[in-house]
Amino acid sequence: MKQFWKSMLKSPSGVIGLVILLLAISVALFGPMLFPNSPWRMVQRPFLPPFTLSTVPLGTDALGRDVFAGMIFGARVSLLVGLVSTLVALIVGMPIGAMAGYFGGKVDDALMRFTEFFQTIPSFALAIVLVAILQPSIYSIVASIAIVSWPPVARLVRGEVLSLRTREYVQAAVVTGQSNSWIILREILPNALSPVIVLASLMVATAILLESSLSFLGLGDPNLISWGYMVGAGRTVIRQAWWITVFPGVAILISVLGLNLIGEGLNDALNPRLSREGR
Amino acid sequence: MLSFVAQRVLKGVIVLLAIVVLNFFLIRLAPGDPAVVMAGEAGASDQVFVKQLREKFGLDKPLPEQLFIYVKGVLTLDLGFSFRQQAPVAKLIGERLPATLLLTLTAFAISLTLGILFGTFAARFAGTILDTGITVFALIFYAMPIFWVALMGILLFSVTFDWLPSFGYETVGANLKGLAHAVDVAKHLIMPAMTLGLFFMATYTRMTRASMLEVKRLDFVKTARAKGLSDAVIQRRHVLRNALLPVVTLAGVHSGTLIGGAVITETVFAWPGIGRLMYDALLQRDYNLLLGVFVICSAMVLIFNLVTDLVYRLVDPRIEFAS
Repeated sequence: MKQFWKSMLKSPSGVIGLVILLLAISVALFGPMLFPNSPWRMVQRPFLPPFTLSTVPLGTDALGRDVFAGMIFGARVSLLVGLVSTLVALIVGMPIGAMAGYFGGKVDDALMRFTEFFQTIPSFALAIVLVAILQPSIYSIVASIAIVSWPPVARLVRGEVLSLRTREYVQAAVVTGQSNSWIILREILPNALSPVIVLASLMVATAILLESSLSFLGLGDPNLISWGYMVGAGRTVIRQAWWITVFPGVAILISVLGLNLIGEGLNDALNPRLSREGR
Repeated sequence: MLSFVAQRVLKGVIVLLAIVVLNFFLIRLAPGDPAVVMAGEAGASDQVFVKQLREKFGLDKPLPEQLFIYVKGVLTLDLGFSFRQQAPVAKLIGERLPATLLLTLTAFAISLTLGILFGTFAARFAGTILDTGITVFALIFYAMPIFWVALMGILLFSVTFDWLPSFGYETVGANLKGLAHAVDVAKHLIMPAMTLGLFFMATYTRMTRASMLEVKRLDFVKTARAKGLSDAVIQRRHVLRNALLPVVTLAGVHSGTLIGGAVITETVFAWPGIGRLMYDALLQRDYNLLLGVFVICSAMVLIFNLVTDLVYRLVDPRIEFAS
């Protein structure tokens, strides 16, 4: 563990990414407490330009709502959706991949055809259709993002399990009569985790992009303000008020960039063989 | 070769059928009794009319039979009827398909060309400031949501500089012919295609760079160098050619994302393609149209995957056509 942090902190992208993520998480956790303006309430005249009033530093939107407050509250939705949907995708993808890799043969065939099927369907189009049919809410958004993002997890875990199950310590567990589920859960999966963690960090980034795109199209949870929704709402008045679309977009850009950088840092730290150093 | 193509086509058809079946159940999941919804959309919801609709669309039959009717319909390109637009779904999609193909293929060409170019440069000058610059640039584009890039493009090139039109496929009412028309369409196409292309350009840049650095270390490159070939020839003929394989694979995997990006791009730029049609269907909760577009998108992805698979085998002779 110490070794891990050491190499993580040695990679510049990992450090920058960690700083950005910590910043985003603290904004999401504490921002709303420190900044009591409701993102839905009218606080000033509409179309107030940014940097004119210190109480509304980033100006107001077409309905006089505080853009800065929206960004702070939006951080919650983006991070929450990103993390939870990735978690759900892992919960779905890991057992499927593990079973396919461990049992092989017909089970592997069936599960992999199923996975390929989901990988062929255009993911964003499927997410749109699912949210539209299930009605937009934070639950349907999380579910749809998870449904379109689990296949890579299953494929990755399958590959790892395939190579691990012939190892001697796994054979030893088989000989001592351990049950299949015990072997998968206690012997194989813990050793297959590193690449899954790298993938997961990148999936959170993709999930945030997906959520913002859905909200932008008007498929966000109507009760929660999100960055994508703000950009979508500012879109029609972009000629009069650039700041309504620019600032929330920057927030998305920075968070996604941070997560991608963490992914690179994790990759360098957890898979030293694949490290980009020394090439 | 032929049997390989036949096999892949057969596999594609099976997947497409599965998607159609999935689609059927998604329609049933949509809120409300379809007949009542349709009647409401047609502006008359008395019992007789609802019953008529049920019979007309086979909604009174058992589910398996309904499924059979639906699949048969899709196979004969009957994707149902859009009550909102008062036209068959297949006709609406057919009208919009060329615009989407123009947009996605242009974006694809831009992203692949620029991506390979930048990636090659970054790998050639690995470790220098040029490499860092390209890498940072790619990372940033990779993290930007497409809708935001689109709006920033409009803000910069339409609002501030007034260089490019911000929406549509052609100048409305200009009635241009021949070359003038082509130039007009191209002007409208630049921004949407660049927007859609930049995200993918970023991935191809990173992939080409990583892959070229990987190939560079292999033995056959050393052999080429030992033979006294010039650096340019080695880079082009030995390194790049082999480094492109994973890029082609990635391009195939990305086709679905490309279509998804087209929905966003077409929405922002009011580009009259099927992505925009999907957005309209979404706004009006026109489920028949929405799911019709979904099936067509899936079919396009399948075709694209098949093509990249074939290209892959042409580029890399080591892969045999036999399964």
